[in-house]
Amino acid sequence: MTQVDSSNNDIAISIKNVTQRFGEEGSPESVLALDNISLDIPKGQFVCLLGPSGCGKSTLLNIVGGLFRPSSGSVTVDGRLVDGKPHPDKIAFVFQESTLFPWYTVIENFHIALKFQGIPRSEWDDRAMTALKAVGMASFARHYPDQLSVGMRQRVNMARGICVKTGILLMDEPFAALDEQTRMVLGEDLSQLLAETGKTIVFVTHSLAEAVFLSDRIAVFSARPGKIKTIIDVKTPHPRSPDFMLEPRFSELRNECYALLRDEIRATMALQRDPQAASA
Amino acid sequence: MNRASLSSRSVQYGFLVLVAIAWYVLTERGNISRLFLPPPMDVINALTKLFQTASFWSAVLVTLTTVLKGFVIALVLGVLAGYLVTRSKLAIATIEPVISGLFTIPITLFFPMFILFFGVGTGSKVAYGATYAFFPIALNTIAAFSNMEQRYLLAAQSMGGSRWDVFRYVLMPGALPVLFTGLRIGFFICLASVLGGETISSVAGIGRNIALAAELMEPARMFAWILFVVCMSVTLNLLAYSFENKIRSR
Repeated sequence: MTQVDSSNNDIAISIKNVTQRFGEEGSPESVLALDNISLDIPKGQFVCLLGPSGCGKSTLLNIVGGLFRPSSGSVTVDGRLVDGKPHPDKIAFVFQESTLFPWYTVIENFHIALKFQGIPRSEWDDRAMTALKAVGMASFARHYPDQLSVGMRQRVNMARGICVKTGILLMDEPFAALDEQTRMVLGEDLSQLLAETGKTIVFVTHSLAEAVFLSDRIAVFSARPGKIKTIIDVKTPHPRSPDFMLEPRFSELRNECYALLRDEIRATMALQRDPQAASA
Repeated sequence: MNRASLSSRSVQYGFLVLVAIAWYVLTERGNISRLFLPPPMDVINALTKLFQTASFWSAVLVTLTTVLKGFVIALVLGVLAGYLVTRSKLAIATIEPVISGLFTIPITLFFPMFILFFGVGTGSKVAYGATYAFFPIALNTIAAFSNMEQRYLLAAQSMGGSRWDVFRYVLMPGALPVLFTGLRIGFFICLASVLGGETISSVAGIGRNIALAAELMEPARMFAWILFVVCMSVTLNLLAYSFENKIRSR
């Protein structure tokens, strides 16, 4: 990977030699989750982190989001060192499961997010309703999350990540709990959103179709320790229509990803069957 | 109110009416000694007479202030101890079983000790009620704060919430329903302990009057006191429930 100056204006996220180890080095419980990861993500790009489960892709996302500090290496966002602290003015998170607070209504959930970020109260309703309209959920503002279906909740959850208007959106398998149809519809919404807002999005997934459909670039991870095995470029512009999935290029890319992951998944399975094999 | 809850209400009230009728029939037609169970009208008459005495209201006041003092002590100590325990996983794992283990000991056994330490006045009842109420409050506080799902805290943190913000807007509202259940249970345990303590050994209060009426062979008077306590507890419980439901549905 070429060295890029972190003050470079076109780079939104710069990940440099990030290594994450859980547990004391050398101890039997020690796990090397991420091994020397470097990746530069230009502004406005949609990057997928694709890999077998347990490869550390969510860990990397949490490090980028400042939820914890890596064992070594650094992450800079818009030239600012992340250093294990959230930067809510630059980065918004959309988590795997719905993280809407169940004791607040939909609109109150937005208010809390905006309040935490220090947005003046006068802007709360406007921003919340704009984001809710963007995902077609404006009429549910006064509902409690429990009163919505899983798909609706995830739409609202996504909208909450959008309303804070950060340049970067980190998404940790946001559609994992959804059925395939809802997944595809939300994927289209997201592609539309990307085209409209020019956000930089880092998206963790283990769905091949999702990765190809949404990404400008797919970072394919190897099994533990997590390393970036290959980066695949998907050159189709956003917003993408479902027709993209019918193009031969789509299945070519999907198959390419699958071929790359197949070996990793077999390696993971072998590791699970015989943990000794790893150290041998 | 929907149909199902309406019909379950009518069953509940129907049961009360049945008990009252059975009481009436047993005492008027049956041959139960009036010393064991006086007829309902005697009890009602005794109660109206009680209402007209100043000593009745002063006894109620003594008991209620004793309960309140005990409850406030238990609330402060229970919530504080419970919350502090949840600040560390190790503390939850080691201290929570100890508290729930201690709660299985009949604290009644220590009542003579409380008398010894604090005398026969209200002090011993305050201590006894506070000790009993401490446990459910502390245990529910631990449950309320430790069951908070990590993802909510991570989400709040990623939104840039300060420690106080996260406590005030995420941890607290999330914990409140379970916490309040603990407070309700604690309050009624405190009430029961104080009344129980008063009947065993005291110089004033509702429990003292119930014990006295029994000793003086005045069953109508005794049942009048009991009836009053039952009505009071039911009213307080209904109030607590409606308040709790309000918290939950928010």
